[in-house]
Amino acid sequence: MKHDIAYLEQVASQVRRDVVRMVHGCQSGHPGGSLGCTDFLVALYFEAMNRKEGFEMDGKGEDLFFLSNGHISPVFYSVLAHSGYFDKSELATFRKLNTRLQGHPTTHEHLPGIRIASGSLGQGMSVAIGAALTKKLNGDNSIVYTLHGDGELQEGQIWEAAMFAPHNKVDNLICTVDYNGQQIDGPTSQVLSLGDLKAKFVAFGWTVLEGEGNDMAQVLDVLAQAKALTGKGSPIMILLKTGMGHGVDYMMGSHKWHGAAPNDAQLELALAQLEETLGDY
Amino acid sequence: MKKYTYTEKKDTRSGFGDGLLEAGKRNPDVVALCADLVASLKMQDFINAFPERFVQVGIAEANMIGIAAGMTIGGKIPFTGTFANFSTGRVYDQIRQSVAYSDKNVKICASHAGLTLGEDGATHQILEDIGLMKMLPGMTVINTCDYNQTKAATIAIAEYEGPVYLRFGRPVLPVFTDADQKFEIGKAWMVNEGADVSIFATGHLVWEAIQAGEKLAEEGIDVEIINIHTIKPLDAEAVLKSVAKTGCVVTAEEHNRLGGLGDSIAQLLSTTNPTPQEYVAVDDSFGESGTPAQLMTKYGLDADHIIKAVKKVIARKKA
Repeated sequence: MKHDIAYLEQVASQVRRDVVRMVHGCQSGHPGGSLGCTDFLVALYFEAMNRKEGFEMDGKGEDLFFLSNGHISPVFYSVLAHSGYFDKSELATFRKLNTRLQGHPTTHEHLPGIRIASGSLGQGMSVAIGAALTKKLNGDNSIVYTLHGDGELQEGQIWEAAMFAPHNKVDNLICTVDYNGQQIDGPTSQVLSLGDLKAKFVAFGWTVLEGEGNDMAQVLDVLAQAKALTGKGSPIMILLKTGMGHGVDYMMGSHKWHGAAPNDAQLELALAQLEETLGDY
Repeated sequence: MKKYTYTEKKDTRSGFGDGLLEAGKRNPDVVALCADLVASLKMQDFINAFPERFVQVGIAEANMIGIAAGMTIGGKIPFTGTFANFSTGRVYDQIRQSVAYSDKNVKICASHAGLTLGEDGATHQILEDIGLMKMLPGMTVINTCDYNQTKAATIAIAEYEGPVYLRFGRPVLPVFTDADQKFEIGKAWMVNEGADVSIFATGHLVWEAIQAGEKLAEEGIDVEIINIHTIKPLDAEAVLKSVAKTGCVVTAEEHNRLGGLGDSIAQLLSTTNPTPQEYVAVDDSFGESGTPAQLMTKYGLDADHIIKAVKKVIARKKA
């Protein structure tokens, strides 16, 4: 362990504060999925990934992460800032004119830590497979990670990629689904049912793990299990049960906070539930 | 009129296949991806030479574009291969977000463009791809005219850093450009110097323009023919210099008249030197089944239609 669980939970609390403040600051953005995925991204960047100092697009000799559900950019930006890719003061510019922190992540503004644009859904798994293939060609034993929304799995390209990776033994790839059961128009079960996701990915040839995504110890555990399964001939899929809006009681479990910003009073209510641990930006 | 002869006919897609093999020999980072059309794209020689650097993605073009974008991360130079329709319209958003907006060094190589795909009909005959691709910021758009030029362009784009759309075709056509030519991206090729009209032609229409030029010369009309192989970035200097001399323009392309080479030329001229212009292009319609030659005649893309357009535009200039 690079850090103890208590510290990672402190980071997660600060990231959640950042998320709510960023979305409030521009009165737009996606807090629900960001809060649900906070523990995962903190565990990934602070513990699971082997990262180099600084940022190079080619990312040779280090693990890579691709955020496929780009709308949860607030949590991504906050975790990148706290991981040292840029100063956390820049979080205040989120979604504002001339910012590097665009509404959805992009390489176009040269923000360190970002290697692909995402936002139009369904593309990140393909990109990650490409990066994983290049790592194999380069003799680079690092791992490529992704995160996807569960609603995003309704995109057809995901299943093109899901078919490709096992066939080609892309076993340096760990994908994770933010399995919160919610999407913009309501529960996934009502909008377009995902069915038995585990059975589907198993049938496609993936090694599938399941975990609780809002318990730091369990997130760390499932990531460690996934890493141990790399290099064994099949890609790895983590179905991570999360709660949309986790950590802010009035946002939890509702698709209504997928893409809505809190007002001033709601912000105060949220911040009262999230300890400031590392200093607000 | 400068005389162009040929000793053999070949397809431009074979130029791509041979160029890809050469690019692969020159640079170990060149990799190739194909969506179940290896024979059509002439990629087998590359696969034989570099099996570990080839990715068969199956019939999954969106995934292919995404994988190609990802492969650039770590230094590879991916060449994707499928038909032009499946290289562009089918995967426009993947190209837009994962390649163009993400500024990835992907070479999107598209065969069977336009009507000359022939008998398969309109589902496969894309006539909108140049327009789609040239509208993407940062995208270089190239449409080659014969085997040698396609081979040279394929080698050249491997050495260029940035996303490229390379468009070529299916039919066997005269090989009339120099073997072992150096292809300069964005630099128009002066096919024939003339004084009466500027014909700006791209792709398979370049040979038709030469045929037209020879017939027009017999009638005393002195045509300038310039091959615009790179539609974006457009060689504005070459266009403006030619038009300053001739005072009228015919554009010729195997594409919808909306959004193609003709519109790029018209936009340039309308904002700098308004000039009479006639389009030789498909008149905003889909194609249909038929032989390539039949289709080029029916849709107005042959030498005879270029001749008519030249006479019309010269009359407009004088009027």
